Amino acid sequence: MNSYLRSQKRVVLRNCGQIDPNSIEEYISSGGYRALKRALLEMEPAAVVQTVKDSGLRGRGGAGFPTGLKWEFAAKAEGDPKFVICNADEGEPGTFKDRLILEGDPHCVIEGMVIAAYAVGASKGYLYIRGEYGQSYETITNALKQARSAGFLGNDIAGSGFGFDIVVRSGAGAYVCGEETALMESIEGKRGESRVKPPYPTDKGLWGYPTVINNVETLANIPPIIENGADWFRQIGTPTSPGTKVFTLTGDVMNRGLVEVPMGTTLRTLVFDVGGGIPRGRKFKMAQTGGSSGGCLPASLLDIPLDFDSLREVDSSLGSGALLIVDDSHCIVDVVKSFMHFFEHESCGKCTPCREGTYRLARLVEKIEDEEATLADLDVLSRLCRVMERSCLCGLGQAAPKPVLTTLKYFKEEYLVHLRDQAASKGA
Amino acid sequence: MAAVQLKPEQEVAMATLTIDGHSVTVPEGTTVLEAAKKVGITIPTLCHHPDLPPQGICRLCVVEVEGSFLLQTACTYPVKDGMKVRTNSPLVRESRRTTVELMLARGDHNCPTCPRNQNCELQTVAESLGIREIPFQVLRHPRPKDMSSASIVRDPEKCILCRRCVAVCQEVQGVGILFPVGRGFATEITTPLDRNLSEVACVNCGQCVLVCPVGAIYEKDDTNRVWEALADPSKVVIVQTAPAVRVSIGEELGLPPGSITTGKLVSALREMGFDKVFDTDFTADLTIIEEGHELLQRMKTGGTLPMLTSCSPGWIKFIEHYYPELLDHVSTCKSPQQMFGALAKTYYAQKAGIDPKDIYSVSVMPCTAKKFECTREEMCGESGPDVDVVLTTRELGRMIRQMGLDFANLPESDYDDPFGISTGAGVIFGATGGVMEAALRTVYEVVTGKTLPSIDFHPVRGLEAIKEADVDLDGVKVKVAVAHGLSNAKVLLEQIKRGESDYHFIEIMCCPGGCIGGGGQPIPTTMETRAKRIRATYEADRSLPLRKSHENPAIKKLYSEFLKEPLGEKSHELLHTTYRRRPLFQQRI
Repeated sequence: MNSYLRSQKRVVLRNCGQIDPNSIEEYISSGGYRALKRALLEMEPAAVVQTVKDSGLRGRGGAGFPTGLKWEFAAKAEGDPKFVICNADEGEPGTFKDRLILEGDPHCVIEGMVIAAYAVGASKGYLYIRGEYGQSYETITNALKQARSAGFLGNDIAGSGFGFDIVVRSGAGAYVCGEETALMESIEGKRGESRVKPPYPTDKGLWGYPTVINNVETLANIPPIIENGADWFRQIGTPTSPGTKVFTLTGDVMNRGLVEVPMGTTLRTLVFDVGGGIPRGRKFKMAQTGGSSGGCLPASLLDIPLDFDSLREVDSSLGSGALLIVDDSHCIVDVVKSFMHFFEHESCGKCTPCREGTYRLARLVEKIEDEEATLADLDVLSRLCRVMERSCLCGLGQAAPKPVLTTLKYFKEEYLVHLRDQAASKGA
Repeated sequence: MAAVQLKPEQEVAMATLTIDGHSVTVPEGTTVLEAAKKVGITIPTLCHHPDLPPQGICRLCVVEVEGSFLLQTACTYPVKDGMKVRTNSPLVRESRRTTVELMLARGDHNCPTCPRNQNCELQTVAESLGIREIPFQVLRHPRPKDMSSASIVRDPEKCILCRRCVAVCQEVQGVGILFPVGRGFATEITTPLDRNLSEVACVNCGQCVLVCPVGAIYEKDDTNRVWEALADPSKVVIVQTAPAVRVSIGEELGLPPGSITTGKLVSALREMGFDKVFDTDFTADLTIIEEGHELLQRMKTGGTLPMLTSCSPGWIKFIEHYYPELLDHVSTCKSPQQMFGALAKTYYAQKAGIDPKDIYSVSVMPCTAKKFECTREEMCGESGPDVDVVLTTRELGRMIRQMGLDFANLPESDYDDPFGISTGAGVIFGATGGVMEAALRTVYEVVTGKTLPSIDFHPVRGLEAIKEADVDLDGVKVKVAVAHGLSNAKVLLEQIKRGESDYHFIEIMCCPGGCIGGGGQPIPTTMETRAKRIRATYEADRSLPLRKSHENPAIKKLYSEFLKEPLGEKSHELLHTTYRRRPLFQQRI
């Protein structure tokens, strides 16, 4: 087995590329919908919640919130109806894992949603797909039709007496709609903007009703957990981050694309074994984990295990599993500038620090790159970042300064050489 | 009376928390902002308004909650037992400072030229944070002021995007012509298709003006037109003052909310040089006579019922835009302001021997919509507009300050004849339910020929959203309802549309609380100040010797000398009007 495959373990992507995504028969013959039947026919809803809690599964959309706990909150919340939403608004630059799951194994997401609905007592589900994902939309729509005729959706699913159905919604291109409450606003036909939390969606979600919202990859983990049990799942990964994680390897790395490895696999393994190292004889300079809103890690942190808690300790995040590798031909300030342009464009404009702050971050980083900035500007930049990460209304604004903060921490000298006074002395 | 469904007293769980070391016990779910007030700590806010749902978007009120990495907005964050809050830590101060600096770094925040100078929430906050310089490049917002409306000016350069105007327009008034457009730094508050206010279905109520924390929305300032008229020796400049102004002009000039300053108001206007100072209350009494007879006529002849009141011009524009199919329900009576205007340039001109063209008619109103009303072509007589210019309470306050008058110590004086005599019925026009109560006082006595056993109709008073009452007119049952604020009005209009309305008479006031809460009133106007002004209004009513419109001797004289009879020919010519269907959106050709 080559090093690309050796370190991988396929749980979520088990069927991708193995079965015809347009055939429910192939999904069933590979074990599909067995977990659904077990859950709906043999288990009480509370037992399903307990199993997911025991598994230690944490949300794969970015925040890493314990999935079972989220389900338990929604199950206990007062309100009727309740909703389950699958967040497939995959907008993080350099991430396309949800797309591959939806297009390669759509039924496992549907199955996960039905089980979630049964566990919390939801009667209706929404699958919110990124607007640009035309193929995903088609594949999932076809799969929903098949699931409905096979009795896995609709009234009395698999003879259990439980009823649930799923509606597909297409996004309109705003990154912020991947944020759970902005997504709900969008489904409600409103402007895509995050809501203030609390209240949390499990109490007051879609149209004010208790709602579970899970990422595609999270839901794809549900059928194998129900089928194989929580203990099986806990054998994979680390004690606080069990299971696997699908990463999207992009940037200056030999093998680019989707890989699935156990949680806790080191950055070095991913870059040099699975990823095959840095091309064109260049050196590894930095890896950004978690997409544009993730932290930027230097070579000295190559041995960090990639899981929720280890990354949090170094001010980064696992996020959606994007992994951008940057070699030593790039200027860090230039790389950060492109992230800041992204956030400036994607801020929804609702809260002050994000609306104004993302604009100012971009201008300040440009000023630094243009060698117009002074040390005082660097202080303003740091202060703005500190304020934004604590005071912005939602994850977008809170995470936007992360690339700046982490590069200021690990690559400060690259900022300093750009400063006006520094540049002048360099020129002299 | 509409029964308010109150849940049976439930045990409310209490939470004890500490805020900056002070222990406080409040019901669970109270916001940190409210809890902090209990221990005497005022947390600065901008997007928060006591009468609107909390938004948590300006991020100024952030506090530190122990155990949370994120700072939390005090206006939205519910307290929990055992919580520890810090409202003035270094992190909190740095955050608030930066947020305000970011706001000040864009747009025009030049205080001396701002209509809200010295009454601006942003200014107050910046002062308390001690902001002396802005570390970001200051950018102007290249957007012109929208001066198209007769009532309201919008200045996007001053907007801090707090969305209070959006909330009041949408939630309280149910109009919804203001909303955020664009995203990120390019976000702005604008109208449908970014049109001018005069081209969209804005009702000119000015509630957005009252809630704006800065000077981004304000009344169209007409003070210079009045100064010019006052300085013109060829003009006879007369002024009328609305019922609600006497209980609010003092507040605008530094007296406590709810101060009744009728006599000082008259003195101030005389000091300013008005030739005659009249009272809109007089034509409020006249409105009652005409409107009361119109109601009785509709009831007798099978006319369209329920009849809806017509004194509130914001409400009139609302129904013209949004429910034009119900316009037959609206009383044809002009508003008291416009009845006054029409009589001033006819009856009064004749009596005083003045050429109506020489009369310059000024009106002081609690209302921005009145500025639009006086420009309607239905409100013009042979010698031009019946009312030449409308000033809001705020503008009059500004003029009095400009005069340098010591308002609080002015002597009391009386209105001029013949439009100076009025009754308590006219005074209560200023409060929600007042027109209804005034009408009932008269209609009862006209129909029954008996004197009212009790003159106070309490069921139609107060700040409840929709009030209703049944009145027995010697066997004839009259069912009435009162709504204030257009969202409440919508409820009653939808009933009519569905054919489920069994009321005879409905009073609708555009603004919450009625005219005392109008868009031209002192800022701040909150439910709390509204309640105080309402209390003052009924106090003024009680203090008057005459409290029923039909007992006003000047009204009797007006009919015998000039109008002859209610709903007569002269009345129809001068005191009644027509309405028109208005589009939701004006097409550009």
